Amino acid sequence: MTRRLLGSALVVVAVALFPLSAGNYPVKLLQEILIWGLFAMSLDLLMGYAGMVSFGHAAFFGIGGYVAALALAKSPGLVSALVLPALAAGLAALVIGFFSIRVSGVYFIMLTLAFSQMFYAYAFQVSWLGAEDGLVGIPRPVVPGANVSSLRGFHGYLLVVVTLSALVLWRIVRSPFGHVLRGIHENEARMEAVGYAVDRYKLLAFVIAGVFAGLAGSLYVQFNGSIGPDAFFWKTSGEALLMVIIGGTGTLGGPVLGAAAFILLQSLVSTYTERWMLILGGTFILFVLFAPGGIVGALRGRVGLRA
Amino acid sequence: MPADLFAQALNGLAYGVLLFLLSVGLTLIFGMLDVVNLAHGSFYMLGAYAGLSLIAGTGNFWLALLLAPLVVGLIGALVEVSCLRPLYRRPPLDQVLLTFGFIYLFEDLVKWIWGGRIRSIAPPDLFSGSVSVWGAIIPSYRLFVIVFGLVMAVMLWLLIERTRLGAIIRAGVFDAEMTGGLGINIKLVFTTVFAFGAALGGLSGVIAGPIQSAYPSMGVAILIPALIVVVVGGLGSLKGSLVGSLVIGQAETFGKAWLPDSSMLIIYVVMATVMLLRPQGLFGRPLK
Repeated sequence: MTRRLLGSALVVVAVALFPLSAGNYPVKLLQEILIWGLFAMSLDLLMGYAGMVSFGHAAFFGIGGYVAALALAKSPGLVSALVLPALAAGLAALVIGFFSIRVSGVYFIMLTLAFSQMFYAYAFQVSWLGAEDGLVGIPRPVVPGANVSSLRGFHGYLLVVVTLSALVLWRIVRSPFGHVLRGIHENEARMEAVGYAVDRYKLLAFVIAGVFAGLAGSLYVQFNGSIGPDAFFWKTSGEALLMVIIGGTGTLGGPVLGAAAFILLQSLVSTYTERWMLILGGTFILFVLFAPGGIVGALRGRVGLRA
Repeated sequence: MPADLFAQALNGLAYGVLLFLLSVGLTLIFGMLDVVNLAHGSFYMLGAYAGLSLIAGTGNFWLALLLAPLVVGLIGALVEVSCLRPLYRRPPLDQVLLTFGFIYLFEDLVKWIWGGRIRSIAPPDLFSGSVSVWGAIIPSYRLFVIVFGLVMAVMLWLLIERTRLGAIIRAGVFDAEMTGGLGINIKLVFTTVFAFGAALGGLSGVIAGPIQSAYPSMGVAILIPALIVVVVGGLGSLKGSLVGSLVIGQAETFGKAWLPDSSMLIIYVVMATVMLLRPQGLFGRPLK
């Protein structure tokens, strides 16, 4: 436990010091990894711990992003940057979750997919959200004591937000609540019989995951300065799923590694060859087939076909 | 009935029939293998491109219509035997995720072989014109698609309800393990059904070619409507896929004409409504 904490702290320090020794492009890549890592971690809380595989997690990423874009354009403060997007995404997760948790497995996948696609279709067609082009020219927030508009200033701010979020998520999965979620994953009927209000736990997990996905979406807008309907598209959900699987489900740290692998593959491979999607798809297929525990599982020595 | 309304309804019918051909494969594969095949749109895309090359090579649309599904079916069989078969004892979601990986693989493969731009496919000479039906001008190819799709629906129904293979498939959909216990080579049936479903996906790709052209993201674009059809109709139900695709075909076409600002939303609203009121879909078996 202490070793793992120490290791995580070392990673945070390394990430914090990275801009001192690297050029602008690698720093931007790292920032992207942090943002997608947070998004993937929030999905892992659902998938890896509660056992709810959602194909509509992009809904909350997109809501966080759009709310942040609208709010930041009005008043560029921390409330607009962090509080409102998280609240809005959490509220949406409460409503979507209320309906979705009534079904499970493939049906849960389909229903979450339908809800997120609804947002996509809506954002794609209404003018107040910029329709197909989305919202552009979003200012970064004014953060007391930091110059967030500079690349390196933003790096520090981003790292603080993502690290704090990761700590909260880590506390959640270690808490009694997190253990109940794992119990539901293992055997839902038994947890029900033992007397846990399973639906309430699942809904709460869904809302928490939604809040952090919304936060990731908001950070993405602040990073990019723009957001489009693609944030809601089912491929965005799918990519988060890819990151979780490649990194290792139910590990929280794994999805960040998965996000790193995904983004590095996308940007590095695409500088050498146009065929990065082929390599990405192939890598993913190999992981599902031979390393279902993802990178973390492989590091722990669980490689090979598992029945 | 005003002529443009009638034309809309026919367009919706042509689209619905196309969705039916695509979703039958999806629903059969789900019913039999318990796999939601996210790569089904990719089979559709592969069918369109295989059709494109076969038409260019042979100069004959009908030959392409016959051969392209065979090619795609073979690819499907390869995917099933090499990648899906080792996963049947894992949680079913692993297989869904695996097929998700194939979306990337196939889309990039197609870009590699055929390039990324839109390629139009000419309809066969026989159906290259338009006809006037009760005052509405309809491309005759669309009428062909409607008739072809309905004939295919009848033939599929006969295949599944009236032949020995169909009986085996129905038994497998109902209880694959028990069917295997009765001495049926269930592995072979799984591969056959997956390949057959993939071939149907490929077939719908060839059929769609002259209407929608071929482009690499066509598979991703059609996957969601096909999934919606299957969910609305009931996973694993042939009748459900027919009714579902006709409903979604009309909803989408009339949505575009009447509610252009929220046309894309309609099919998702239909799906969510059905799932909330009747989670198993219109003709699905009740959930446990």
